[in-house]
Amino acid sequence: MTQPPPPALEARGVNKWFGANHANRDVSLAVPKGTIHGVIGENGAGKSTIMSIVYGYLPADSGEILVDGRPVSVKSPRDALAVGIGMVHQHFMLVDPFTVIENVLLGAEGGVTLAAGRDRARKELIHLAREYGLEVDLDRPVGELPVGAQQRVEILKALYRGADILILDEPTGVLTPQETDHLFRILRALREQGKTIIIITHKLREIMELTDNVTVMHRGEVVANVRTAGTSREQLAELMVGRKVLLRVEKTPANPGPVVLSVEGLRVCDRSGVERVKGVGFTVRAGEIVGIAGVSGNGQSELLEALAGMRPIAAGTVRLRGEDLAGRPGLFNARALRRLHVGHVPEDRQRVGLVTSFEAQECAILGYHDEAVYNGRVLMDRAAILSRCESEMEAYDVRPRDPTLRAANFSGGNQQKIVLAREMERNPDLLLVGQPTRGVDIGAIEFIHKRLVALRDQGKAILLVSVELDEILSLSDRILVMFDGHLVGEVTPEQADERRLGLMMAGAA
Amino acid sequence: MAQGMASKGFGMPGEVPGWVNYALLPLLNLLVALILSGLVILVIGENPVDVLSLMLVEAVGYPEAIGYTLYYATSYIFTGLAVAIAFHCGLFNIGGEGQAYLGGLGAGLVGLAMTGWPWPVVAVAAILVSALFGAAWAWIPGWLQAKRGSHIVITTIMFNFIAASIMTYLLVDVLIKPGQQSPETREFDPGTWLPSMERALGWVGVTIPASPLNLSFLWALACCALFQLFLWRTRWGYEIRTVGQNERAAVYAGISPSRNIILAMLISGALAGFVGVNEILGVQHRILLNFTGGVGFVGIAVALMGRNHPVGIILAALLFGMLAQGGGQVSFEYPNVNRELVMVIQGLVILFAGALENLFKPQVESLFRRRGSRGEGRS
Repeated sequence: MTQPPPPALEARGVNKWFGANHANRDVSLAVPKGTIHGVIGENGAGKSTIMSIVYGYLPADSGEILVDGRPVSVKSPRDALAVGIGMVHQHFMLVDPFTVIENVLLGAEGGVTLAAGRDRARKELIHLAREYGLEVDLDRPVGELPVGAQQRVEILKALYRGADILILDEPTGVLTPQETDHLFRILRALREQGKTIIIITHKLREIMELTDNVTVMHRGEVVANVRTAGTSREQLAELMVGRKVLLRVEKTPANPGPVVLSVEGLRVCDRSGVERVKGVGFTVRAGEIVGIAGVSGNGQSELLEALAGMRPIAAGTVRLRGEDLAGRPGLFNARALRRLHVGHVPEDRQRVGLVTSFEAQECAILGYHDEAVYNGRVLMDRAAILSRCESEMEAYDVRPRDPTLRAANFSGGNQQKIVLAREMERNPDLLLVGQPTRGVDIGAIEFIHKRLVALRDQGKAILLVSVELDEILSLSDRILVMFDGHLVGEVTPEQADERRLGLMMAGAA
Repeated sequence: MAQGMASKGFGMPGEVPGWVNYALLPLLNLLVALILSGLVILVIGENPVDVLSLMLVEAVGYPEAIGYTLYYATSYIFTGLAVAIAFHCGLFNIGGEGQAYLGGLGAGLVGLAMTGWPWPVVAVAAILVSALFGAAWAWIPGWLQAKRGSHIVITTIMFNFIAASIMTYLLVDVLIKPGQQSPETREFDPGTWLPSMERALGWVGVTIPASPLNLSFLWALACCALFQLFLWRTRWGYEIRTVGQNERAAVYAGISPSRNIILAMLISGALAGFVGVNEILGVQHRILLNFTGGVGFVGIAVALMGRNHPVGIILAALLFGMLAQGGGQVSFEYPNVNRELVMVIQGLVILFAGALENLFKPQVESLFRRRGSRGEGRS
């Protein structure tokens, strides 16, 4: 009787502690050779931790890692590459001004002079590109390439270094649906050639579409190892969260009232003077959620920041409840807009929405810190700030419920809840929301979506910017699609499907 | 977890108890600096234990020495606070030296002009004018940073040189007492002098030996308390800290970075300017060249070692006061241990406590993490 071949990668009983936090609890998983394997779980479930151990970033406290059935000692990414494990990070590790070929060579120059290595690399890369559909222009600086192509460079880097096992961390977060399809084609081609792929994600749709097997993690433990064909989205979601989840928020039809925000011919430039918003116009009424869909980098960020008073507008009119704000710097700035009941949940909570080194209670008043309720004549009223933060934490179920904990020590979902609570509990007439659930786990997504719909049902106007199509489709009452600084179309969620929106987002419809 | 890791890199430093950061690490750094100093003393053929213990005795061993030590510490507290407030706004103010020099000009002009006024009035006026002069001198680099993006480190360094040139010109050509060679002003009327601690305590019947220690020490302590309240208990301090920690979040919150950069530099300059009250109105009683003698630079080390917190700054200022006083005296006892060698010792302390403040941080932190996780594992 022949033994089945050993799995390409296996983890046995891996434990990892971060201080008091048991991040990996007896984690065991096996990835058969030549398969695509999904690892899913909420934030903090330990999926990145186990992959960091496999890739040599973190030492395990106990347990072992086996490659092709042999125990290996991986102490650094260099060791990992030596046994054939490569990783593509969520945030690319590329040098923007270097060309593709220079980026691939970096750290694997293969000689004193670059020329010899470069010629060898070029031959090898052309071969790889043809075999797997990994086309990129080898002589273009990486910074000029679209995001999807940059990701292909990362994959090329790993393959060039001889990786047989490829780990991808949240690979589709920044891609358009079309780019995602392209990536999936590449990954399938790699599988055909006997490579082993591990993909870390929280998108259930991709797991179902792409993978052969799935490992589900919850609170540091592996709760299931299943064949993808024998499971369903609903079952996976339940395993991940530990309870039944609503994948799509339930809401009644909108009941739009008077126009709250009306924008005409708005133009916004970025810091280097390049026009990013090229004359857009739309309205948002009370009691409706208007979603702006688009691939990130098409001007939605600048649009949102301009409307929030964070950056100047170059031209156009912006009317709030009929009053024109353009050309009135006294009204059109972040501080004054808050007094006009405009709330703003920024796209990047860690770098914009919070001061991560501040305590939660200090973050809870960011932007509202000069309101009379928090201030005496000279000193701030600490009791008022504390009780405000406590009640917001209670209402939004922020954990741990500790107002003196530094913002950096909360998980992504809880940080987002701190920001949302601050902006939504002040009852804004207009709420500007960017990426409300980016990097937030499924349980919290459900909660945040319900809150946004509840705010809408109170008759507030909400402008939602998101690159997650699921989110746009599930929340919006009207959908505007933005491409290259223009609004290229408006659809209702009933008319829209992902295919059609994806084409519009790519500027092809 | 995934989120935190993506943005901060793997192996984020864990939380360690506060006393490790604020007490253990500085003491460890100090210890290494003293051990190295001991080696240097050994190399030149003296007994390090004798020399260092004499240094300690000369710094705090008897009342007069304590007076001197506290007098030095007074100036270091002012410049330490000055560096710290700028640091909380994300600015590295290297210009404490020049701002203190100009502050001394302000205090001195008050002393020269207010002959015949009672000293409390003169003291209040000198505090105001020295703050004004120091703040004005810091305002220019602050404005250039806020409005034109000129790097504050470069401009403040250059402004130290400009301050020195201006003072040399004023003392040689304008303010010099007629009919003498040395570039100094005339002595102020004794009635305007800021009373020494010896005199002030004498009024309440306490006798201490004479030393340069004067009432500005109390003002320095008051400044520490005000600093604490301002930075952590007022909305203005909140804004400064927000700008220092995360400028984009400040813009998001409607807090103007440029306004707060200028404000922080004004306060910084004013604090440095108070050195003039201590030195000119309290001790020298006339304006003279180079009276600052590097206090602005020591202030950087004081702020770093004191973790930009007033309590830490007081402790660090006392340490550097001890080094200044004890070190100066040792050279009388041991001819081999000359002034230059004392500066080497001071330099080593600055190097380890200031520049290399995080030298042992990773080791100590991982020690505590391991202990913490083991403790958890048992439960």
